[in-house]
Amino acid sequence: MRYSGFQVIKQALTGHKGWKPVWRDPAPKSHYDIVIIGGGGHGLATAHYLAKVYGQRRVAVVEKGWIGGGNVGRNTTIIRSNYLLDGNEHFYEFSLKLWEGLERDLNYNAMISQRGVLNLYHSDGQRDAYIRRGNAMILNGADAELLDADQVRKEHPYLNFDDARFPIKGGLAQRRGGTARHDAVAWGFARSADSHGVDIIQNCEVTGLRIENGKCLGVETSKGFIGADKVGCAVAGSSGRVMGMAGLRLPIESHVLQAFVSEGLKPVLPSVITYGAGHFYVSQSDKGGLVFGGDLDGYNSYAQRGNLPVVEDVCEGGMSLMPIIGRARLLRMWGGVMDMSMDGSPIIDRTPVDGLYFNGGWCYGGFKATPASGHCFAHLLARDAPHPVATAYRLDRFRTGRMIDEKGVGNQPNLH
Amino acid sequence: MIIDHPMLGPRDASEFTYLGDASLIDRPDWQADDAAEAFYEYGYLRDNPAGEHQELWYHEAGDRSWLVVTRNTLTHEISKVELARDVARARGRSK
Repeated sequence: MRYSGFQVIKQALTGHKGWKPVWRDPAPKSHYDIVIIGGGGHGLATAHYLAKVYGQRRVAVVEKGWIGGGNVGRNTTIIRSNYLLDGNEHFYEFSLKLWEGLERDLNYNAMISQRGVLNLYHSDGQRDAYIRRGNAMILNGADAELLDADQVRKEHPYLNFDDARFPIKGGLAQRRGGTARHDAVAWGFARSADSHGVDIIQNCEVTGLRIENGKCLGVETSKGFIGADKVGCAVAGSSGRVMGMAGLRLPIESHVLQAFVSEGLKPVLPSVITYGAGHFYVSQSDKGGLVFGGDLDGYNSYAQRGNLPVVEDVCEGGMSLMPIIGRARLLRMWGGVMDMSMDGSPIIDRTPVDGLYFNGGWCYGGFKATPASGHCFAHLLARDAPHPVATAYRLDRFRTGRMIDEKGVGNQPNLH
Repeated sequence: MIIDHPMLGPRDASEFTYLGDASLIDRPDWQADDAAEAFYEYGYLRDNPAGEHQELWYHEAGDRSWLVVTRNTLTHEISKVELARDVARARGRSK
């Protein structure tokens, strides 16, 4: 069923009895051309683009739990393309352009809101770094705008401008950035993939990879063996576990990142804001909650929950940036498991095992990358060649010295 | 998390900084024939287990000792804490 304003009125007049389930619940077939492990944002996006853009008809997504139950439902919903390095910026700008047309492409309301992203700076050195970043963004076809303190004050009068230690001197704005409703992104991709014939198989845990003579023949699952010509792994957070089944060690550590939401408040924050002097970033959801987060806890973890020192650090950052937050009560906090790669950038590539492809290492930037990640992984799976905007995301770049180290901190995953 | 320091007793984890997998103790021989490959694996590849993990913590806001902490990455439960120098010596390093 195609969604439209007309459908909403028609269903309202007929007692909402005509809405159908949005995707099927098929049993797995014995063989597919392509099997994608992981029914999160990236896996479902890959299935959508495989079916719609690359014309693949025999595709399955296998998911251990329910679709959209992992990191795509745990992030802070921000979309942006404010990167510095060439290997990253054209990829994330490709992603932002896909976001801009996504709802029409999927015929699904993902509540994409280009309310802008503002990175604040607090010193002359930081301003110069942001000018450089803004220029890199513009050179790659993105938008960037440098604001001085007065311009920021006009748009965000509630910020703590005159802090003695970290006064706000201005910010780098990307007006086309913003937020999207993360669950709807997963559901929209799933609905579209399903309507193009992709089998989405939930509650189906991959327990092993069948590899013979260096070739991957399919996946062993809790619902039996599923054969495949090609297997794509898109399970960021658990990449080490799944690729470990193929005997591969990855340039990745799993870390926990916490996020928070306050009680619902009246509209106060017009855009996404990041604090340049501490670990804090914040936006306001359409329901009114202030959605915010900060830094990694910093130690290897698969626990999906963090510890209190980081909670304290994030809330201190919030208080120092916008003291009005002090009267808001915290409603919920949670953690997600991040694939922290050795240079802070992702991997979309073939693996040493024939027929096995890998998509992971998204650190804490996976959500904004969802459409481009899916598009590029689909390109790789369908054509066996990297998409032009993802050529830098090679698995072997650490061996050959071609790191994409946006932050310049080296092979220390918890610092990226 | 509370780390039970072998010499100082239980200390809050926020006094420590985290480096990573304790395999970083086993620095390869730079003169070996396969040194380039060994250093690539040493520097960039990790087991990243879901479960028991041996890792290096530095008591930065304390006595500045390096510890090898055995911790479960699924539950954050710490089962063993040793001085990194003892572990390194037991593996035949720093002779």
